[in-house]
Amino acid sequence: MLKTLSMMVLLMLSPLANAVDARQMATAELQETYESINSELRCLVCQNQTIADSNAELAGDLRRQVAEMLQQGKSKQDIIDFMTQRYGDFVLYKPPFKGKTSLLWLAPGLFLVVGMVTVFFVVRRRKSASMQPIINDEQQKKISKLLDEGDDF
Amino acid sequence: MLKYLIPLVIFSVMAVFLALGLNLKPSEIPSPLIGKPVPVFSAPKLDDPSQNLSQADLKGQVWLFNVWASWCVSCRQEHEVFTQFAQQKAVTIVGLNYKDDPAAAKNWLQSLGNPYNVSIMDQDGRIGIDWGVYGVPETFVVDKHGIVRYKHTGPVSVNDIQNVFLPLIAKLQMEA
Repeated sequence: MLKTLSMMVLLMLSPLANAVDARQMATAELQETYESINSELRCLVCQNQTIADSNAELAGDLRRQVAEMLQQGKSKQDIIDFMTQRYGDFVLYKPPFKGKTSLLWLAPGLFLVVGMVTVFFVVRRRKSASMQPIINDEQQKKISKLLDEGDDF
Repeated sequence: MLKYLIPLVIFSVMAVFLALGLNLKPSEIPSPLIGKPVPVFSAPKLDDPSQNLSQADLKGQVWLFNVWASWCVSCRQEHEVFTQFAQQKAVTIVGLNYKDDPAAAKNWLQSLGNPYNVSIMDQDGRIGIDWGVYGVPETFVVDKHGIVRYKHTGPVSVNDIQNVFLPLIAKLQMEA
């Protein structure tokens, strides 16, 4: 029974063993930096994956590069700079805020403002429309007259 | 009138953005190397690994740097274009044999023809990283001062040679 159970647990754990990257850095601190850098760099072959998630060859080479630079004592910023010098901002999952990317960063706020302004005007227009009398005085008189005439029949 | 105009304007704006989006090529990442000096390298030659070639050896001439590999399918398509182009001897063509088995690479050149003045080996892909290589084949144009002037990602076609590479090479050859 125990054998079966432990077997099942082991089988359930097996996907973890197949994680893309098995590299272990010397210290826990380095390991943490290593993993955080990998999850911020884009795999350029499979563009919607980070190099931490991708098992493309290039991603493997870039992880090796990150590990080696960390072992040489380079900081996270050094490594990010190294990558952007070669691959451009595109390699970063979080693009920096600058002229070219300002629209990217500001667009959500811009859309929110446009949406709020639209809602404001729509609501105001509906309100004024509902307050306007449907028939004017002259029409009202005509109706009354017609109704009065009708009494004669 | 305005009632009909607003949806039309919204539609037009969306159509323009969607059309732009459709025509973008996300696989073509602009290279930050353009206008910068070529990365420093020194690598063994494919036909004679005892000899190295470095970027300094190429100073004073315009050269193409073509990243290729025998395992790369679209390189085969491009290869014919380059073997044809090499006959014109318009420019020095340096090959970077990227993450390849040297024997397979030599075999490839023997059976398909060798357009390269020289090919160097990058078996572990480090030179590739320095050049920002992410999809083989890639082709760079370097000027006489060792400045990267142009990058082409993906297979080069006869059209690209005629309309882009030849005019650019002619222009760079004229530069002092």
